[in-house]
Amino acid sequence: MLKQTEGSKAVAEAIALCRPEVICAYPISPQTHIVEALGEMVKAGELTPCEFINVESEFAAMSVAIGASAAGARAYTATASQGLLFMVEAVYNASGLGLPIVMTVANRAIGAPINIWNDHSDSLSQRDSGWMQLFAETNQEAVDLHIQAFRLAEELSMPIMVCMDGFILTHAFERVDIPSQQQVDSYLPPFDPRQVLDPADPVSIGAMVGPEAFMEVKYLAHAKQMQAIERIPQLAAEFKQTFGRDSGGLIRTYRAEDAETIIIAMGSVLGTIKDTVDEMREEGHKIGVLGIISYRPFPLEQVRAALLHCRRFLVLEKSLAVGMGGIVATDVRMAVTGTGLKGYTAIAGLGGRAIPKSSLHKLFRQAEKEDLPPVTFLDLDWEAVNKQLERERLTRRSGPAAENMLHDKGIVSAKFG
Amino acid sequence: MSFQPVKFYQTGTYTVGNRLLAAVDHSVQADPLRSNSINSGHRACQGCGEALGARYAIDAAMAESHGQLIAVNATGCLEVFSTPYPESSWQVPWIHSLFGNAPAVATGVAAAMKVKGKTDVRIVAQGGDGSTTDIGFGCLSGMFERNDDVLYICYDNEAYMNTGVQRSSATPPAARTATTMPVGAEPGNAFGQGKNLPEIAMAHNIPYVATATVADLRDLEYKVRKAMGIRGARYIHLFVPCPLGWGTAPHDTILMARLAKESGTFPVFEAEYGEVTGVLKIRRQIPVEDYLKPQKRFAHLFGKHARPDMVARIQAIADRNIRKYGLLEQGANSNAE
Amino acid sequence: MPNKPFAITLKPGTSLANLTGTWRTERPVYLNRLPPCNNACPAGENIQGWLFHAESGDYEQAWRVLVENNPLPAVMGRVCYHPCEGACNRGQLDESVGINSVERFLGDEAIKQGWKFAAPATSTGKRVLVVGAGPSGLSAAYHLARAGHQVEIHEAGSQAGGMMRFGIPKYRLPREVLDAEIARILEMGVTLRLNTRVDLIEQSMKGFDAAFLAVGAHIAKRAFIPAGDAAHIVDAVSVLRSMEGEDQPMLGRRVVVYGGGNTAIDVARTAKRLGATDAVIVYRRTREKMPAHDFEVEEALQEGVMIKWLSTIKQAEEGNLTVEKMVLDEKGVPQPTGEFETIEADSLVLALGQDVDLSLLDGVSELKISNGTVQVSANMMTGHPGIFAGGDMVPSERTVTVAIGHGKRAARNIDAWLHGTSCEPVAKHEIATFDKLNPWYYSDADKTVRPMLDIIRRQTSFDEVQGGLNETNALFEARRCLSCGNCFECDNCYGVCPDNAVIKLGAGKGFQFNYDYCKGCGLCVAECPCGAIKMVPEQT
Repeated sequence: MLKQTEGSKAVAEAIALCRPEVICAYPISPQTHIVEALGEMVKAGELTPCEFINVESEFAAMSVAIGASAAGARAYTATASQGLLFMVEAVYNASGLGLPIVMTVANRAIGAPINIWNDHSDSLSQRDSGWMQLFAETNQEAVDLHIQAFRLAEELSMPIMVCMDGFILTHAFERVDIPSQQQVDSYLPPFDPRQVLDPADPVSIGAMVGPEAFMEVKYLAHAKQMQAIERIPQLAAEFKQTFGRDSGGLIRTYRAEDAETIIIAMGSVLGTIKDTVDEMREEGHKIGVLGIISYRPFPLEQVRAALLHCRRFLVLEKSLAVGMGGIVATDVRMAVTGTGLKGYTAIAGLGGRAIPKSSLHKLFRQAEKEDLPPVTFLDLDWEAVNKQLERERLTRRSGPAAENMLHDKGIVSAKFG
Repeated sequence: MSFQPVKFYQTGTYTVGNRLLAAVDHSVQADPLRSNSINSGHRACQGCGEALGARYAIDAAMAESHGQLIAVNATGCLEVFSTPYPESSWQVPWIHSLFGNAPAVATGVAAAMKVKGKTDVRIVAQGGDGSTTDIGFGCLSGMFERNDDVLYICYDNEAYMNTGVQRSSATPPAARTATTMPVGAEPGNAFGQGKNLPEIAMAHNIPYVATATVADLRDLEYKVRKAMGIRGARYIHLFVPCPLGWGTAPHDTILMARLAKESGTFPVFEAEYGEVTGVLKIRRQIPVEDYLKPQKRFAHLFGKHARPDMVARIQAIADRNIRKYGLLEQGANSNAE
Repeated sequence: MPNKPFAITLKPGTSLANLTGTWRTERPVYLNRLPPCNNACPAGENIQGWLFHAESGDYEQAWRVLVENNPLPAVMGRVCYHPCEGACNRGQLDESVGINSVERFLGDEAIKQGWKFAAPATSTGKRVLVVGAGPSGLSAAYHLARAGHQVEIHEAGSQAGGMMRFGIPKYRLPREVLDAEIARILEMGVTLRLNTRVDLIEQSMKGFDAAFLAVGAHIAKRAFIPAGDAAHIVDAVSVLRSMEGEDQPMLGRRVVVYGGGNTAIDVARTAKRLGATDAVIVYRRTREKMPAHDFEVEEALQEGVMIKWLSTIKQAEEGNLTVEKMVLDEKGVPQPTGEFETIEADSLVLALGQDVDLSLLDGVSELKISNGTVQVSANMMTGHPGIFAGGDMVPSERTVTVAIGHGKRAARNIDAWLHGTSCEPVAKHEIATFDKLNPWYYSDADKTVRPMLDIIRRQTSFDEVQGGLNETNALFEARRCLSCGNCFECDNCYGVCPDNAVIKLGAGKGFQFNYDYCKGCGLCVAECPCGAIKMVPEQT
């Protein structure tokens, strides 16, 4: 059923269709609308049987999900940013215990400075946590990925984060096709846990494992994600059969067949990139796009195959490995090892900085000309940065950088002098 | 009403069993078919109070729930000594997640049971004093506030024993730990204002809060069974001496718990909806010195550089407990200094 | 568990593979220690053993265990001075267990219920002569009969019981009780010949394979007291003996008893009951030095008996006596002061002890006699093979309890001797002293006070002074037993083991250690209430 609706609302409806049994909620922007909507559905008796639990922290949210999942319930929660970081210990624990929890991450920057806007720093910080991470480009895809995520997670008994850009997707109203309960039920069987806490068949879950078996346990988690690389395209194909839509998969290319330059990105920014590429194509540029949906597992072979025929690529990512550069770019470069392909990294949109087409046009043209440093910071205010660096050179007690720069830009001084 | 010992047959209900008591008065631990929830072969130290307390408590919970029990365990000695790969001592369904999240994991398990309609399956969460009073305190408070259907048992041995005897917020004043060494003007742990978890639990107005020790098995079993008969969040704070951390002989574990209670150092009581409803009276009162002296963690209070001033401060704390909870029988005289 | 996650999920209870018993440097072992009561009992009773059954209300079984060692519990429960209670560990906790009162309850219950001794299982064909039907002779006869021997008792008197009948007043030992317990022994097939004085043992022994002599000490000791012709002087033994006859002794209204033993007390109290207005005991030393038991002194004083301490009788005349005051020297020996006084007395009863009539041993070879008693070896045999002796006629404390113990010991040795073997004393277990116990576990419970007859009836009748316990308080009293040194199945060891290394074998079967898992912490030993477990070092 087609609906004009908010991304969060759409996702909440999709989650409800997946018949979650335990939902844990702790408020943090920009995921709040999702759990709020789910809470209302549970309270109104529209989503039943389901326990909606208002917990006292994200750490508790993930912990409650762990308990519920270990006891055989389909468990869901959502978070973002600081919240994800606050639950990190439990995030690793959920995957270590092999519990198929699905969690929405409404991607948001990490402080300090505190910032509620979108980038990918939060979920990418959890790239090694053992969770799978699927990135939605649109709200429709966010809806669809959640349905696929439960199926995949429970098949492999591994948890999944479905990542959607905070505000840009979560708070955007657009047309979304909400599937029917019947469709979802036919695609997603009831949760049949690999192990469960049951007095009739007691087990001890969460043993202390020493050097003699720890590596094997870790390898097995890795092997699970390698299996996921095979299953993700299959599940996307099945999804298409049931729902009639292309959604999900490992990667998606756009006008890349004869592209000499390929722009690589994740999430909603792919839309702006595609528009820019369309415009450049009209001008005759041989440029294409590679969208990565499955960040974990990272589809090395598929990325490599998608890039093999191009001459250069640019990874545009909403994340920064401070002191090194790109995070996604590192993985992409790993994928093309030995090909001799020229690769560039652009760090863009951190903390919600807009990524306008105009900037992309400029950036992509520079990439085509191979006139870029290895790492570019898109639309960085060099004047402000340099001023601050100079200040810090001159005086030890130079004050907080963020406030200084706001003064420099006149944003604060205009108001407070 | 708190637990009333059976007054008479030779040992009354002070001993674990009693060949002459009626079957209904038998302790769970006297039963040859008790669950032994935690099996032989665990790697707890000799004379471990926590291993004993855990079997006491979980066996009682098993008896009361007719075997329909799931246990959630915080990280700590109990977890480490019971489940090192490839062997587990637990005979009940059991999960260990993290140090600080046992109450929340238990909430999740309880929610799962509720949603699946398995209301006969009861949930117990357990952890040491570090996990309960420090790192897992937030989750515990959350679980209390939501009144989730979980019985939380804190095994209090008054320090982080698993990591090598460091101070926790349950460590008593003056006690030596690896992080409160007996040096300087105020040797051992500081005389702080304390962190009384049972009272904090009571402040949540949950249906049931109780303290107990491994020295009073019948009282402990009564409390576990009573707690199991109630729905909602329940808290039992179980005092379990640690021979390793306290520097006591392994065979004195129960004695130490008894002396703690008899000196008023550890008040044994129960409370419903935030109000104390019963106390286990002191039977043969002793000065705190008798309790402190056998413990190496308090050795710096005695001997060559004795600190009677600090002993007196500890006595004052015990006296306050005695007054506050009414630990003495009416008319009984205090023989403590 | 093929479908469960590798390593992080484990099978329940699999720690059994880890044998923590290898950590142990010491191991606990169960043992039986000797309870101090048993150790103190001259009759060798297994007191803790019979209390164990009494605790469960199985009084018949308790009685049966009791009479393994002593066939006269109803008597013993009245006249024994219960050294067991003096040794009882509970005395260090609150008050000793009222062992004697429970024993009496069991004895009375047996009489009431008509419980009988089991008939001897075997017959050896051997014949044993017992001389004297006092406590020692009866005890020996009983034990010999149980061992399958044919026993014949020759008693000089007209009734059985010896000093139990002729020395202990009725108000302490009602005769129907004594008669019932004697009758029960005879019902085992023991032959009792009354009025059969053994003049010479060697003659009487013909046709017997062995003899046990227990003729007692019936000859009153005399003291030289200058006395006028009309002075009425009698001895305590005859007074008490004549109480059993048709004619009660004529002692008058003012009776003085000379002596400080239990017999002196008995006579004074008897005189009081016979109507004496004044019954005065004259004793050389002080109350602390008096051989009579303090509770008897107390009871006598309650009944109005007066005692003149530090006094000796110098002269007896009709109607009065001259008494000299004494003082104790630094060694505690009374010395005369030269101060005299006269007290009125219709009669003077001498209670100065008794001697043994050893004439029946005349002509017996290899005997050793000293201080008027027959010397016996540790196995109760005199120097003459086949002739054993016990009770008051051998050197020892002269109490019914000791006599009963002698009878038992002699019987065992006679039995061994008849079988051509010897009876080696079994090594005693170590004693369960108070420090071996964990008294925390025992409920607080004060001793039950036995009822006493009201004072008027005590002064005017021979009704029994001290009442017995009823079923309820006898049970209570039995349950005050700490079961020192002997497991009473409190389950503490089973409960307190942090390693579940104690196996409970079931009611009556006790416990067993599972050394595969016992880490040797010693909690079971520390928390065993009764000291029935100890730690022993592991062998290297």
